[in-house]
Amino acid sequence: MTCWEIVQAYALRSLGIGERLLPQVDITLCHQFTLIGSGLLWNVYFGTLALGAGFFLAVATALARQSRHAVLRKPAEWFVFVFRGSPLFIQFFFAYFLFLSLRGTFPALSPLTSAAYGALFVLFLNTAAYSAEIFHGALQAIPRGDLEAADAYGLAGWRKFRRITFPTMLRLGWPAYTNEAIFLFHATTLVFFSGFPAAQQRGDALYYAKFFADRTFNPFVPYPILAGYFILLTLGIIALAGLIQRRLNRHLPAVPGPWRPRFRLVR
Amino acid sequence: MCDDPANLDTLLWFVCYLTTGKHLAFYGAFGTVLLLLAVTAPVALLLGFGGAIAARSRLAPVAWLGKGYIAVVRGVPDIAFFLFFVIALDQGLEWLRHQWLCPDWTEPVRQGQNFLVCPEAKLPLATAPQWIHEVYGFALAVVTFAIVFGAFAANVLYGAMAAVPRAQIETAEAYGMTHAQAFRRVLVPQMWVYALPGLSNLWMILIKASPLLFLLGVRDIVYWARELGATQTPRFTDYPHGDWRMWYFLFLLVFYLALTRLSEIVLGRVMRRLTRGQAMAGGEVQRRAEAAA
Repeated sequence: MTCWEIVQAYALRSLGIGERLLPQVDITLCHQFTLIGSGLLWNVYFGTLALGAGFFLAVATALARQSRHAVLRKPAEWFVFVFRGSPLFIQFFFAYFLFLSLRGTFPALSPLTSAAYGALFVLFLNTAAYSAEIFHGALQAIPRGDLEAADAYGLAGWRKFRRITFPTMLRLGWPAYTNEAIFLFHATTLVFFSGFPAAQQRGDALYYAKFFADRTFNPFVPYPILAGYFILLTLGIIALAGLIQRRLNRHLPAVPGPWRPRFRLVR
Repeated sequence: MCDDPANLDTLLWFVCYLTTGKHLAFYGAFGTVLLLLAVTAPVALLLGFGGAIAARSRLAPVAWLGKGYIAVVRGVPDIAFFLFFVIALDQGLEWLRHQWLCPDWTEPVRQGQNFLVCPEAKLPLATAPQWIHEVYGFALAVVTFAIVFGAFAANVLYGAMAAVPRAQIETAEAYGMTHAQAFRRVLVPQMWVYALPGLSNLWMILIKASPLLFLLGVRDIVYWARELGATQTPRFTDYPHGDWRMWYFLFLLVFYLALTRLSEIVLGRVMRRLTRGQAMAGGEVQRRAEAAA
């Protein structure tokens, strides 16, 4: 098989399109690059959707934590504590088995036992909790003068939030939020190691990397390939976040110094 | 009492069920996790200290080594490291022993898809009792955790050493201390207060990384929770039950929440203690509170 044929056979294997059987013998570098890259589609899927949806829940939770009413504040604090205080790995396991038992009573929930929906739901809640903590800190760091100026201009309620509080919060929390986005993408590699089944061997990048490491008994090729893909993904996130950061800060005179990302996967 | 579980009432049934041999092994696995944390934390701190000193070194190659260690380990997803290091360390050790013990072995070690060393070089030996296999697996896990978290700790300590005010070192040198003395007597005692927030964060991450032991093939709490919670049929056990894995993992979730909460409280106390008398915002707050009282 030429490399191009391998790409045609396996490039969309993680979605179930193409060759059914994973390569068993004569595994070449091309196989490894293609399949691990194919698995990366799942990481991107989990990361993008969880971040996109989690953002709104995070802002809502951060605001609820500021609330004077305990009815709003307490649940928000508990939500953040539960998801930040326990390992994501255990959360995945617990959620998977919870969905399995719920399936018996509520058949409508059965899609949640698949990785595509169930794991996405857990990641959504998890990133919402971590981001809520970031936005909570950012809300508290809003300069008091800004809020007083808003009052002086007669802004209140929704308009004050929309025009002053929210943009400032986003601007202050953005560097930390970018880190959170990177961690989340790294965390998506845990999905298929935590109960959620990879139906018909449709897995993510790490799933295929481990497949090759087990099959060839040589970890020195697939894991560096995986690492390379993730570094590229991370650089992409940083570039995108940098564009948004520039837009958020476009009214400010000073250009902030170079910001260095921190990497962490386990949470 | 537990001889005939089928006829026990609910409470006694649970008492007997929760004290079976496998459950005792499950409780023991919590000890394994705590042991991992207790062993890894100081080893990682030591590695981190070494890494930070190397990164600060005035000899360029040493500094590159330190900075390279920090950058490589932090730049790649940890889980990939956990999966990678265990096989890599295992193969590396077996290969070294192979070279040492079987010099006249002619076949290549890597034969296509197999990694073959002579039987004497196997680690642990195929004849070794089960507990040696378990200890070896655990030791590999500790080394892997220590290498990964050592890089994170090195980064924190490197930052903390840079955060100690320059004037403190200059004063020490003005008093005639050598470079090493100033480092030992002034820099190291003072850096901890700057390092503590980062180290606390790291400790929390370490706690939350500990279930990854499961991936390294150690029989840890995740392994037992899956094993014990799975549906048990009357044919194989005296305590048949349905799928209880959800409850076992709920228990693990609560265990971890308690552990992180406890750590938060303890680390908060340590921070208050370390901040006392420091020329920082936190120390100033404490001083004012004491003066007002």
